Amino acid sequence: MQHPVHHNAQATALSEWVPLLLVVTVAILYLYTVLKIGSEKGGWNHWRTVSFLIGITMLCIALVPTLMRWAHQDLRGHMVQHLLIGMYAPLFLVLGAPITLALKALPVRVSRIITAILRSNWFYFLSHPVTAFLLNIGGMYLLYLTPLYVESLTKPYLHYIVHVHFLVAGYLFTWSMIGQEPVPKRPAFHVRVFMLFISIAAHAFLSKFMYAFLYPLHSPHSNGQIQEAAKLMYYWGDLSELLLAIVLFGMWYKKRGISTNPSPSTY
Amino acid sequence: MNQDLGKSAGQNSMWGAFLVGVGMMAAVDEIIFHQVLAWHHFYDRSTLKVGMLTDGLLHSAELIAIVAGFFRLLDLRRTGSLSKPRAWAGFFLGLGSFQLFDGIVDHKVLRLHQVRYVENLLPYDIVWNAAGLVILLIGFYLLKKAKKKEATSSNLYT
Repeated sequence: MQHPVHHNAQATALSEWVPLLLVVTVAILYLYTVLKIGSEKGGWNHWRTVSFLIGITMLCIALVPTLMRWAHQDLRGHMVQHLLIGMYAPLFLVLGAPITLALKALPVRVSRIITAILRSNWFYFLSHPVTAFLLNIGGMYLLYLTPLYVESLTKPYLHYIVHVHFLVAGYLFTWSMIGQEPVPKRPAFHVRVFMLFISIAAHAFLSKFMYAFLYPLHSPHSNGQIQEAAKLMYYWGDLSELLLAIVLFGMWYKKRGISTNPSPSTY
Repeated sequence: MNQDLGKSAGQNSMWGAFLVGVGMMAAVDEIIFHQVLAWHHFYDRSTLKVGMLTDGLLHSAELIAIVAGFFRLLDLRRTGSLSKPRAWAGFFLGLGSFQLFDGIVDHKVLRLHQVRYVENLLPYDIVWNAAGLVILLIGFYLLKKAKKKEATSSNLYT
């Protein structure tokens, strides 16, 4: 099937690398900060570093120009990108606790601003599991069940917004579940479990719906391709949410260990 | 007081494993019969869309039940209050209850779905419910054994 969009390969070659360079810059900043505070009091848990770098690697894979081009023409490629950017990378990035790292390393003046944001009511509202769920899964329903997906194929700015939204909303939702940063109040554990339940169900439903009714409609993709993409979304999305559930309950387990067996612990 | 603590730990072990059992049987049902064989959906009396939605909810609940149950058991093991015999009993009771509940309440009473849409449903229903009943009875047998073991071991201390 002929794809309607004709990219000028030469002209886009350089700009295609920009997202990848941005991500690598973030990784370098993270590593530099870890080395800087490494010897200081408290130090840094290196599992966080490992996790963050896994997340960065997943983003890099998703942003390699070859995969981006494949994703633009093939819904399966798009789905691989969606899974990496919106589900797997956020899980590992959140576990890397980059905001906590920034709070440790930045000048007090800047840290205070970040802390003020984390403590504000609107941040509480934005990072509430219900809000984060609506932004995350709601965005996906919007993308695949409305003409938005087909629109994003022809409008580069929409295409970028969609990917940034995948990352930000995915990160926000994961953070609302398993965020490590110190905040004054956090929705109760059972609220988070309930929203995870709704989220897994909504994701499973959407992928099956796409499989059965061949959404996104009027796309240049063949039916077989859409069904393959929906399958990828169902099974791999499921695995990422199972991992998220394991981490969420793992945190409950860890916290109970601290409360039943008091021992000196750092945050 | 010690006996009370032992009793509640036993109950906790049983319910933690019960959750894992329910989740596992739901997963077997959902993955084998709904997805691989596609014999039925959870709710078949409406459209395919509703069937898929209910499958999604069931699937999500079963995943969370398995993870929650396992961490509950891990937590009990850490504090040294996990009763293994009770946990095994709870696991089989969970498997059997889900199977039998599904077979009687969902299939027959509420008629949400049938095992399979064929002319002669009886053999399917019998196998489904008999399997559930056998697993449930294994659970009760294990529970009885666990209680007996607890009674003899607590006699040693009194």
